Amino acid sequence: MAHISEKKACELQVKANEIRQTIVEMLIAAGSGHTAGPLGMADIFTAFYFHILNHKPEEPLWEERDRLILSNGHITPVRYAAMAHAGYFSIDEAKTLRKFGSRMQGHPERERLPAVETTSGPLGSGLGQAAGIALGARMDAKKFRVYCLLSDAEHQAGNLWESAMFAGVNKLSNLTAVIDRNNIQINGMTEDVMPLEPLADKYRAFNWHVIEVDGHNIEAFVDAVEEAKAIYEKPTVIIAHTIPGKGIASIEFDFHWHGKPPKKEEGRDFIKELRTLGGNITCSDKE
Amino acid sequence: MVPTDAKLIENVFETEKLEKGSTRDGFGKGVVEAGEKDERVVVLCADLAESTRAEWFQKRFPKRYIELGVAEQNLATVASGLAAYGKIPFITSYAAFSPGRNNEQIRTTISLNNVPVKICGMHAGVSVGPDGATHQQLEDIALMRVQPNMTVICPADVEEGRKATIAAAAYPHPVYLRFSRANTPIFTTTETPFEIGKAYEVWRDENPQAAIIATGALLYNALCAARELSEAGTPTVVLNLHTIKPLDIEKILSLAQECGAIVTVEEHQIAGGMGSAVTEVLSANLPTPIEFIGVHDQFGQSGEPDELIEHYRMGVSHIKKAVSKVISRK
Repeated sequence: MAHISEKKACELQVKANEIRQTIVEMLIAAGSGHTAGPLGMADIFTAFYFHILNHKPEEPLWEERDRLILSNGHITPVRYAAMAHAGYFSIDEAKTLRKFGSRMQGHPERERLPAVETTSGPLGSGLGQAAGIALGARMDAKKFRVYCLLSDAEHQAGNLWESAMFAGVNKLSNLTAVIDRNNIQINGMTEDVMPLEPLADKYRAFNWHVIEVDGHNIEAFVDAVEEAKAIYEKPTVIIAHTIPGKGIASIEFDFHWHGKPPKKEEGRDFIKELRTLGGNITCSDKE
Repeated sequence: MVPTDAKLIENVFETEKLEKGSTRDGFGKGVVEAGEKDERVVVLCADLAESTRAEWFQKRFPKRYIELGVAEQNLATVASGLAAYGKIPFITSYAAFSPGRNNEQIRTTISLNNVPVKICGMHAGVSVGPDGATHQQLEDIALMRVQPNMTVICPADVEEGRKATIAAAAYPHPVYLRFSRANTPIFTTTETPFEIGKAYEVWRDENPQAAIIATGALLYNALCAARELSEAGTPTVVLNLHTIKPLDIEKILSLAQECGAIVTVEEHQIAGGMGSAVTEVLSANLPTPIEFIGVHDQFGQSGEPDELIEHYRMGVSHIKKAVSKVISRK
């Protein structure tokens, strides 16, 4: 994996648009769930499942796979959608989200769907688990990398900073954290509810390498992940600035969409809007 | 009489002569043995290396010892990750902090994840002594036994602590091991049976009128009470219920059937503890009069272990009274 071509980035953008459509379809079918976060993280999940991760969808527990830990489990629709598109299971199964008997639990469960690596939802606990996996891997000289996706607001939880301190002091350079810096949480804007800034400085103070990127620029994100691989002496955090609800103009940046799904009619309009967006992307002229 | 198959130490009632130790020493010994048997065993410590005996492992296996600092939530979550990867992590702290402080992390990242983390809660009970109420964990059995996938073990002495630790390492699911600080008699031997989930008798008179079910170091008090009761003409049975979950239901019901009266003994709140677990089984299957020895909805306080055990009515005399009372209720 290295810097990607404009054409490849464009193709990933098209894939991300398809994944967004699947997310909306899943949420309509579920009748509950989170909309803003999953849409905002679609580009990054696409980059992971279709370019960055060393993985085998047909052999989900392949021992040497890169581990992707989702700490903020509530955005799991985007993960399920990306996994379905990558071939872990069918898109039809992804649409059983939140239904009785489904492996697509409202918040991901490792016991039901081992490929999600960890059970998550309660915030602040994913980075510690990722650090544990990274430390175990280093003890055994394993080569795989550990990625941990975090929300911004979960940085209000103490557990997370205990883990940040631990990863920093142990120089877990095989661990890369990615923060979905979308600035919203249930009660409003993060900086109004309980400010997080200066977030980058906080991580630097905890002995992390910090990169800030536009979370919708797949090329830049892939470059950031590459840079993290080259940093040997500390873990890296990529603060990805994203737009919650990305792709649906009417809900972008609106914190009210944190935890609710679109109604059926609304959802159909969302999908139409995404299709139009997707139709406007042409990759054939790129190199 | 002490049943021969319990293989207790011969001079079990010569209390003054018995070697004493803290059940946490059993952890310290056991985890080193487990580490020798299986290189996947790692020990995580939250700034309490000496008093949890984690340092015994650290000295033997420095590369498999992981320091977390004063961060019990992270203690649980890092261990969860290590276990998901393939290690067998033992997490050590005082029970007041782990599983006291980090209960949700244990619930979500260990129990629901169903990863083989071994939670070792030291300094449980009032017998911690001078440290006082903040450090005397009396609610941990209640916290741990209600979590699905979790096994709960409370060893009676150093030797049983050692065996329980080794057994926990080989058990591929989450386990809570409860240890105490006070020096208490070592009265089981290497020959004494230990199997997770299998209770065994340490005292049996003919035609017992009551069964005393005890867990942890208070088992020794129960044994002494049974002997004195026997001498005074009240026959009983004493059961070592080292595993509180999964409960040895068959054994408990057979004793209830045989004796028709039960006394439970534990250094824990009566609410939600081992006695509650026993009651749940009895009420649903064979309602039986029961008396509870334990702490009655109070916090502990500073003092010496023995005086605290007496103050909170968990001494030999209290067990004897409870037996008389429960028999009178039959």
